[in-house]
Amino acid sequence: MKLRVLGVCFSLLTGAAAHGATASGTAPGAADALDEVMHSLAERRHGQVSFVEQQFLHMLKRPVESYGELIYDAPNHLEKRTIEPRAETLVVDGEVLTIQRGRRNHVLDLKAYPQILPFIESIRATLAGDRAALERLFRLEFTGSEMRWTLLLTPLDAQLAKTVASIRIDGSRDELSKVEIRQSDGDRSLMTLRAHSGR
Amino acid sequence: MNARRAWIISSWLAGLAAALWVVVHAHYITDLSAFLPAKPTHLQKLMVDQLRDGPASRLLLIALEGGDADARAQVSLDMAHRLRNDAAFSSVENGEVLTAARDRDFLFAHRYLLSDAVEARRFSAAGLKEAIEETIDSLASPAGLLLKSLVPRDPTGEMLRIIDRLSGTRSPRTQNGVWVSADGARTLLVAQTAAPGSDTDAQERDMGAIRNAFSAAVKSSAASSSSVNSSAVQLKMSGPGVFAVAARAKIKRAAMRLSLVSGILVVAVLLAVYRSPLALGLGLLPVATGAVAGVAAVALGFGAVHGITLGFGITLIGESVDYSIYFFIQSLHGGVDGPPGDAWRRRLWPTVRLGMLTSVCGFASLLPSGFPGLAQLGLYSITGLIAAAMVTRFVLPELLPPGFRIGDVAPLGLRIGRVRDSLRSRGGLGIGYAACAVAIVAMLVLYRHHDTLWNRELSRLSPVSPQDLRYDAMLRSDLGAANVLDVVIVEGAGLEEVLRGAERAQAALETLVDEKIIGDVDSPSRYLPSLATQQARRGALPDARTLRDNLKIAVADLGLDLEQLAPFVEDVDAARHAALLTPDDLRGTSLAAGFGALILHQSDHWSALLPLHGADVAMPDVDVARVAAYLAAAKLPNTEILDLKLQTDALYAGYLQEAIRLSLCGFLLIVVLLLAALRSPLRVARLLAPLGLAVLTVAAALVLAGQQLTILHLVGMLLIVAVGSNYALFFDGEAAAQRAENSALTMASLGIANVSTVIGFGLLSFSQVPVLVALGATVAPGAFLALLFSALLTWRAPRTTLNA
Repeated sequence: MKLRVLGVCFSLLTGAAAHGATASGTAPGAADALDEVMHSLAERRHGQVSFVEQQFLHMLKRPVESYGELIYDAPNHLEKRTIEPRAETLVVDGEVLTIQRGRRNHVLDLKAYPQILPFIESIRATLAGDRAALERLFRLEFTGSEMRWTLLLTPLDAQLAKTVASIRIDGSRDELSKVEIRQSDGDRSLMTLRAHSGR
Repeated sequence: MNARRAWIISSWLAGLAAALWVVVHAHYITDLSAFLPAKPTHLQKLMVDQLRDGPASRLLLIALEGGDADARAQVSLDMAHRLRNDAAFSSVENGEVLTAARDRDFLFAHRYLLSDAVEARRFSAAGLKEAIEETIDSLASPAGLLLKSLVPRDPTGEMLRIIDRLSGTRSPRTQNGVWVSADGARTLLVAQTAAPGSDTDAQERDMGAIRNAFSAAVKSSAASSSSVNSSAVQLKMSGPGVFAVAARAKIKRAAMRLSLVSGILVVAVLLAVYRSPLALGLGLLPVATGAVAGVAAVALGFGAVHGITLGFGITLIGESVDYSIYFFIQSLHGGVDGPPGDAWRRRLWPTVRLGMLTSVCGFASLLPSGFPGLAQLGLYSITGLIAAAMVTRFVLPELLPPGFRIGDVAPLGLRIGRVRDSLRSRGGLGIGYAACAVAIVAMLVLYRHHDTLWNRELSRLSPVSPQDLRYDAMLRSDLGAANVLDVVIVEGAGLEEVLRGAERAQAALETLVDEKIIGDVDSPSRYLPSLATQQARRGALPDARTLRDNLKIAVADLGLDLEQLAPFVEDVDAARHAALLTPDDLRGTSLAAGFGALILHQSDHWSALLPLHGADVAMPDVDVARVAAYLAAAKLPNTEILDLKLQTDALYAGYLQEAIRLSLCGFLLIVVLLLAALRSPLRVARLLAPLGLAVLTVAAALVLAGQQLTILHLVGMLLIVAVGSNYALFFDGEAAAQRAENSALTMASLGIANVSTVIGFGLLSFSQVPVLVALGATVAPGAFLALLFSALLTWRAPRTTLNA
C-alpha cells in the first residue's frame, strides 16, 4: 500500500510542474566544433566538481542558493550531492533515479517520469559526449569555439516544453562551467561548476 | 446358526452403511484450525485471527522471471489488469500509478486534517516562519523545483509531509512503470485475496486464477508484438497461502504414494503367506470398517473432520490388519477339531481383546488434548480399533466359506521359533543383563540430552522446504514488505477507540524508530486519523485575520510576498469549517485498501494493526522483547505486540507438554488395565518391560542420530506400545498356557504382522514430509524391537522344552 503512495508523490510533483505557458526556441544545425567538443567530453571517464546553484523564482524576492558536489562516472552514473541548505543526494544510474533525503530513500524509474528526464539527461548526455542522446530530446544550437563554447538545448517534445523553455550549457573543452535552466513560467536556475582542486 | 449368521452380517452391513452415510455428509476442514487451540487464551485468539484472516495471511507474492525486462513489464501490466477485474482479489499492486490523481486530490483537499504537523503553534508567527523557511529550502532541490506551484496554497509543506509519512522507508524499485527486484531480474506483483489465508481451497483457486491471468497475458503480449519475447517469462508465487496449498498437496501426494507402495508390499506379503486372494480380501474388512467407523465417530463427536485426521488416522489403526492375521493363521490351523474360529474365540480372542483394550487406553490419553488435531486422532483410533476388533471377532468367522484354507505357515513359525530359541539358549541369563544394560545406556543418553530432547518449535513440523522459505524472504525484501511476523495490536469496542489507541501507540513507537530499534511503524491512523485528532487539528487552525497577521510577521524577512499567499489563507479558512473524515471518504482512493488492511472487526470488537518493519535490510528481525518491554513501560491500554513465531511456538510447546503428560497418564491406565486383567504384578511387569525397553531404545537412537523429538515422535511411541502390547500379550498368553504346539503359529502370525507394520511405517520415513518421517522413523524400528524384546524377555518356554 505504502508503495503505491510513493508513485503518487512523484506524480504529484511532476503533475504540479506540468503547467504554464508554452515556449519554444529555434536553433540551426550543429557546427563541426560540436563534434569535436562531444568527442573530447566522451574521452573523459570521471569527473568531480563542486557546484553553486541559484534559483530565481518569481515568488521569491531573492534567489535560493545551494551548494554541493557533482560526480560523474562514464557512461551513465551521475550524482548530485547537495550539502546546504538541506542535505540531499540525487543519484542517477542508468535509468534509475535515487533520491536520499533525511531518513527517506526514494528509488524511481526515469522512464516512468518523463518530466524529470530533461533536467538530468541534459547534463549527463553532455558529460558523456552523447550527441545522439541529446538529439533525441532537444534541438541543439552550438556557438563559440572548442575553447569556449555554449550549447543551447530546446525540448523537442511539446509536453516537455511546457515545463522547460531551454537549457544553456557553457564550457571549455571537456569541462562544463555553467548550466542554466530556463523554465517556461519565467523562473530559472543557474548552476556554476568549479573544478574540485580549485576549491 | 443361519439366523444368527444373517443377523450378524446384516447388522454389520447396516452399521457400515450408517457410518458411510455420516462420512459422506460430514463437514471436512483443511484449514489451520486443527493446530489451533480449542480454548485459546486472549493472545492466542489474536494470533489465530491473524493466521486465519489477518492481512498478512491473504498476501500472494508474485514474481516474473526470465525473458527481458520489457516483456516482464508488459505481462505484469496485463496480468494486474485482469486480476483487478476478479472479485477474488481485494487488491493487486504492481507499482502502477492508478489512482494517483484521485489520491492526490484527496490528500491535498484534506491536508490540514491529515498532516500530523498541524497544531496551534505551527500557525503562530514563529511556527509559520520555520515551516515556510523549510519549504523555501526544499525548493532549492530538483524535486523542490517541481513543488513550487504548490507554495501559494501550501507554504507550510503539509502535502509533502503527508506523502513522506505515507511512503515508508523501503519501496521496491520501479522499472518500465512496474515494480522490479533490486537487481532488476524479477518483476514483482502483490495480490491480496478476498478469502482468508486459512481457506486453503480458496487460496488454491486464487492461485489458479493468477496462473490463468499469467498465461493469458503472455499469449496476448506475444500476439500484440513480435519484438517482445514474453514466452520466456516464468511465473513464481510465494506467501502463506501458497505454502498452505503446497504443503497440503505434498502431504497428500506423499501419503498417497507411500500408502500405495506399502499397500502393494503388505498385500504381496499377505498373499505369499495366505496363498488365497479371498483371505486377503476378508483380511482387509476389519481395517476398512474401522476407518469408516473412525471418521464417522469424529464427524459426530466434533462436528467436523480435520484433514490431518483423515491423513494419519489410517496409519494409527494399521494395527487392526494384525487382528485378521492373528485370526486367519491361528484359528484356521488350530481349529481342526471344530468349526473354524471356535478355538480362536475361546483361546485367542481374549488376548486380542486385551491387546486392543491396551491400545484404546493408550489412545484415550489423546482425547482430552487441547490440540484438536490430536484429540480427533484419539477418537478416530479408539473407534477404529474397537470396530475392527468387533468385525474380526464376530463378522469374519461368519463370512468364511466352507472348506476355506490358507497356506501352511507352521514351517515359517518353526523357523522363527528356532531363531528365538537359539538366541535365548545362547544368551541365557545374559539376555536379562543385556536388556538392563540397554535400558541403562538409553536412559543415560536421554538424560544427557534432557535439555534439548524435545523440539518446541512448530516450524520443525512445517513441510515447507528451506529453499521455498529463502525465496519467500527474498521476495519480501525486494518488496520491502513489512516483517509480517511482528504486529502491534490495539483493541477496542469501536473504530474511534482503536484509532486513538493506534495514534498513541504510534507516537510511542516513533521513539524506537529514532533509536533505530525498529525501522518504521505502519498505522491505520496514517490513512485516517481518529475523529478526536482531526477535531484537534481543525481546532488549531486560526481564523483568516489572525493567520494573515501572523503571516505578515513570518514572511517579513523571507523574501516572500504576502499577497502571493492569499490562496493559503483561503484554504485554511475553508478547512476550519470542513467536515471531519470517515472511512467512507477514503472510498475510490488507494488509501482505502491500505486502511482496510490494518483494521479488523467482528461485530463490536475492533483491532487496529501496526506492523513493524525491521531496522534495516541487514537486520530484518524486530527485537520483540525490547518493543514489548517498551510498550509495557508506556502503559498503553489494550495494546500488545504479537510475535507470531513466539506465540505459535509457545502454543506448540504447550501442546507438547500436555501430550507428554497425557501419554504418561495413558501409560498408567494401561498398567491398571493389565493388572486388572492379569491379576499378577509380575506378569504385567514382564509384559511391559520389553515395550518400555523398545521405546527407550528408539528414543535414545533418535537422539543419538541428532534428532530432536516432536509431538509426532510421541504419537509414534504411543503406537509402539499399542502394537507391541499385542506381541507381548501373545507371548505371555503362550507362556501362561504352557502349550508348545501352538507356539509355531503364534510366532508365524506375529512375524507376519510385524513385517507388515515395519514395511508400512518404514516407508513413511522415506517421505519428504517431516511429520510422516517422524512417525515412520519411530514406529518402524520400535515395532520390530518390541517384537524382539517381547520374544526374548516375556516368553517363557514351556517346562518340557527346557527339560529337553
